Amino acid sequence: MLEIRGLTATVDGREILHGIDLDVPAGEVHAIMGPNGSGKSTLAHVLAGRDGYEVTGGRVGFGGRDLLALAPEERAAAGLFLAFQYPVELPGVGNANFLRTALNAVRRARGESELDAVQFLKLARAEAKRLSMPEDMLKRNVNVGFSGGEKKRNEVLQMAILRPRLAILDETDSGLDIDALRIVADGVNALRGPQTSALVITHYQRLLDHIVPDRVHVLAHGRIVRSGGAELARQLELEGYAGMAADAA
Amino acid sequence: MSHAADPAGTVEAVTRTPYKWGFATEIETELAPKGLNPDIIRLISARKEEPAWLLDWRLAAFTAWQAMAEPHWAHVHHPPIDYQDLHYYAAPKRRAGPARLEDVDPELLATYEKLGIPLRERAILAGVEPAAGEAAPVAVDAVFDSVSVATTFRATLAKAGVIFCPISDAVREHPDLVRKYLGSVVPQGDNFYAALNSAVFTDGSFVYVPPGVRCPMELSTYFRINARNTGQFERTLIIADAGSHVSYLEGCTAPQRDENQLHAAVVELVALDDAQIKYSTVQNWYPGDAEGRGGIYNFVTKRGACRGARSRISWTQVETGSAITWKYPSCILAGDDSVGEFYSVAVTTNRQQADTGTKMIHIGRNTRSTIVSKGISAGRSDNTYRGLVRIMPKAAGARNHTQCDSLLIGDRCGAHTVPYIESRNPTAKVEHEATTSKIADDQLFYCRQRGLSEEDAVNLIVNGFCKEVLKELPMEFAVEAQKLLAVSLEGSVG
Ligand SMILES: Nc1ncnc2c1ncn2[C@@H]1O[C@H](COP(=O)(O)OP(=O)(O)O)[C@@H](O)[C@H]1O
Ligand SMILES: [Mg+2]
Repeated sequence: MLEIRGLTATVDGREILHGIDLDVPAGEVHAIMGPNGSGKSTLAHVLAGRDGYEVTGGRVGFGGRDLLALAPEERAAAGLFLAFQYPVELPGVGNANFLRTALNAVRRARGESELDAVQFLKLARAEAKRLSMPEDMLKRNVNVGFSGGEKKRNEVLQMAILRPRLAILDETDSGLDIDALRIVADGVNALRGPQTSALVITHYQRLLDHIVPDRVHVLAHGRIVRSGGAELARQLELEGYAGMAADAA
Repeated sequence: MSHAADPAGTVEAVTRTPYKWGFATEIETELAPKGLNPDIIRLISARKEEPAWLLDWRLAAFTAWQAMAEPHWAHVHHPPIDYQDLHYYAAPKRRAGPARLEDVDPELLATYEKLGIPLRERAILAGVEPAAGEAAPVAVDAVFDSVSVATTFRATLAKAGVIFCPISDAVREHPDLVRKYLGSVVPQGDNFYAALNSAVFTDGSFVYVPPGVRCPMELSTYFRINARNTGQFERTLIIADAGSHVSYLEGCTAPQRDENQLHAAVVELVALDDAQIKYSTVQNWYPGDAEGRGGIYNFVTKRGACRGARSRISWTQVETGSAITWKYPSCILAGDDSVGEFYSVAVTTNRQQADTGTKMIHIGRNTRSTIVSKGISAGRSDNTYRGLVRIMPKAAGARNHTQCDSLLIGDRCGAHTVPYIESRNPTAKVEHEATTSKIADDQLFYCRQRGLSEEDAVNLIVNGFCKEVLKELPMEFAVEAQKLLAVSLEGSVG
């Protein structure tokens, strides 16, 4: 599904990613852990195609396509979804309207028929309910006046509605209480299937109690320094990153 | 946060959609000779078979105009206008007398068809509400260059006692009303352009809603400038008698021409006790090309007088067109407890210049006004909000709230906010809030990550930014306005 080879990237002329190699096969959930400033968000932004994150080397295959050649909206249409670490506010833009515009753009790009307002609301309400989110979240303006936790849950709602093939969650668990954490985990687990994958970026092991990953990778100083099974997350919880970061230096 | 491709960086790459309404109509036109002098004014007055008092009124305006100078305080720049090099009267030949649709030149009907303006009255049964989802009928007065070519639904409106007709017909058919109110809100000598308009105005709409009547449908006037080297000087007069209610829409387009065309209109509104007037404009005159060639100079005086107690006038405008817009729809809040509102979206792109805003003059007690102005600038355009809130000594308890927001797309455009506040009553409360923002990279990226194209992302953000104003428009107009915003900003990012 996702094949990253020798990926290097700079921000403001400074190299942040020093050569990433990573494979996420279809149907698998991988976790990326690592200390603050290690490049986790940078990797997520590079994969999503954000301007200003310049790829200086390497390549990324996504479902057999050259991901780096696609515009951000084409990546979204191809099934890549990024749950932002810091979701963005869109004043005056209703959440439902935003989501329907997004869903229809993606459906159009995939050659599927668009949903009208009634069909969409039915779907959105059902998803909101499944994730135990208050329905009025759909009526509010995108992320405006949302608490930190609400913003994160709104990202999960968008993910549930857009049904990506690869979901990248950038610290979606940070700052969440245990109930909200479970909602996020439910969202990801509901998406799991033989054709879908997820890359879960997290700082803490606790999310991985609810989303059991197939693989765990440790990112430090812009490199993957360790990879292992789910047990690696627990080991990190006990030992911290210090030892591994030292490996990389 | 990122050094990234600021949306502006790519503004150069603009492939602006051509102005969709830019076609010209081939039609025989009767033109007055170029130039402005008392003889031309006599000719206009004679063509319109006007009474002597109106000719005198025009000539007085002309005398006043000659003594005035073009105002230059606005934040707009243009080469000097040669007022002697314009035609002040242009009329399609074979004029169809008062509004029998069958008599209208088919070429003109086709023009309005093309513009999407319904001039054919759809059969409606008296008193039957349109079915859900079906558009409610709207009465239209279509003004082509200097004359009104058709006014629809006149009979239906007459049954309710509402007069809706070209102002030149009103001069003949309702002289007392016209004489009483014409110039009572915007006097002939009010300002340079108003004086010019008073001297040479040709057509426009007249509305009178009798006491206690709620006008049964939306009224609208559609202005079209077609002829070359002509100015359009329309005059609109709307009177809402005690306890009446009317909603009026104004739309406008012009062909795409290299030269600049002058449009200097005057709109006067009068609301008596408990009356309400809602005046909405979607202004889409040809804005000129990307280099700033051509386009309409739109110098307009719009003013409403809330004469009666508890009367209410609200102006809603969506301005996307014109090379230069100079326009300050205002309310004179004379009646106690009267209310003035101004909701505005002004979009400028390319080399457009807009200097627009409002004046709220609080005279009566407990008068209230609300101003919501949304300016959107892209390209190398300049967008200025200029507002005056004046509280007179007797306006005890007066309240004003002003909200002025600017949105910049790219970094070569300008937004300016010039609020003037004059309060001469200590019990009055005036609040002013202003914000300036850019469409941020992170907003665009967020939308694109969800699958929206950059253009759709801009539209979504712009529509969100304008929401408070768009929701004031009648439904069908709001949809039009949204499409227009999208078209106007197409190519301004990306
Ligand atoms: N937009 C940016 N501009 C400048 N520096 C950045 C930007 N984004 C990230 N960085 C830098 O890149 C490094 C990695 O940051 P980031 O990817 O956000 O780490 P993480 O998500 O692992 O905490 C940090 O040193 C950070 O300061
Ligand atoms: Mg991060």
